[in-house]
Amino acid sequence: MQTDGPGVRLAAVQPLVALARVGVTRDGNALLDDVVLDIAPGEVVGVSGPNGSGKTTLLRLIATLIRPDRGTGHVLGARLATPGAFGVRHRIGLVGHEPALVPELTIFENLDHIARLGGLDRDRVMPVLEIVGLAGAARRRIRAASRGMQRRVEIAHMLLRNPDLLLLDEAASGLDADAAGLIEAITTRVTANGGAVVTVSHDPSHLQGCTRVLSISAGRLVSA
Amino acid sequence: MSTMRQAREVARIDLVVEGRVGETIRVIVPFAVAALLVLPLAQGPNLALLRQVGPAVFWTLGLLFGMQIALRQSANDTDARRDLYALAGVDPAARFLGRTASGTVLLTVFLAVLFVAILALYDTPLTGAAVPALAMSVVLFAYGLAALATLAGEVSSGLRNRGALASLIVAPLSLPLVMGAAQTAAGIGRDAGILSWSLLLLATDIALTVVGVAVAGPLEEART
Repeated sequence: MQTDGPGVRLAAVQPLVALARVGVTRDGNALLDDVVLDIAPGEVVGVSGPNGSGKTTLLRLIATLIRPDRGTGHVLGARLATPGAFGVRHRIGLVGHEPALVPELTIFENLDHIARLGGLDRDRVMPVLEIVGLAGAARRRIRAASRGMQRRVEIAHMLLRNPDLLLLDEAASGLDADAAGLIEAITTRVTANGGAVVTVSHDPSHLQGCTRVLSISAGRLVSA
Repeated sequence: MSTMRQAREVARIDLVVEGRVGETIRVIVPFAVAALLVLPLAQGPNLALLRQVGPAVFWTLGLLFGMQIALRQSANDTDARRDLYALAGVDPAARFLGRTASGTVLLTVFLAVLFVAILALYDTPLTGAAVPALAMSVVLFAYGLAALATLAGEVSSGLRNRGALASLIVAPLSLPLVMGAAQTAAGIGRDAGILSWSLLLLATDIALTVVGVAVAGPLEEART
């Protein structure tokens, strides 16, 4: 690892994520400040930090869902805050704090909806639900599903989409050992296909198995 | 997946969700029909007066309650669902078109129920030959109002006082729609020419569609 400026830069060839002194400010508050980060294919990067330190903002920035106010960033070859970022979004998977699911639809319908929108193979929905152990609950509405089941649906969503860049926001929180194993499995699958994973957690014990772990505090990224 | 296919899927799911939540059917339609009763109850059995004011009451209530229905659709657009669509690679223009389509269906159903209630309660005269032209004006009005409300929802998304702002955008801009639809209906009743008013409706619908599709992407980008 080599240090470059106030943030952390890892030497990497053709990085999937390249952030150069990126800052994000909203309502006068600096949410991210001077972040320097390269992520190479095959990497599993863990980011730990207390609540409000900027972990979720960092993931949403990498997911191209928020734009930087300072610095430059590239994700999957597209420059952040340009129309080109639209073109790579379908290659990014985000398991966020709030489940990105439609509560009024059933588990099956949610995945079928995603498959239809993304032009994916709808025949894979049931096999994927079997992998995550939800085939028997496919007709249950998301609103009536437990938080753990919703997490499994999101994991199924990622299995369906096979993203090149997988972003996990406290994904292991509250999961049983089987579900945590599913996250490990999809992480292995993404990296084996030349992708990368960024996982954030306030609990460093959830970041075991990462190829490197960074720490974030008050929006500034430092090596752990 | 093409923009039109994505739009169709967005509209389909909107309608499935509405069918399960039932806000339009179970809440807004009964309130609108109840509002129709106010004038007959206040005026007593003055059929001549009721026949005269029936169309005006129809379009007034159609606009007021129709705005509620149309704006409700965009208010249901949570951040998580926006993220879902963004990362599924949904074209922002497809989201606009899909939401407009589902809003059009709901508004058309609502206006049809309101129309039947007006016929029953206000003894409004109607000849069979007038029905196709009247139906056309109702559908064009519904489409325009749905497109306008979707556009207002997109513009005000993420802002404080979003609901009030969206209503303020929709109310004045719906004027050509109300004028076109009401005058088309009135022209049918008088056997007068309706072409110019119908063209005003159609031109407004086309203009709203062009603007909505054109600004959907930039608005999505500006929200990041």
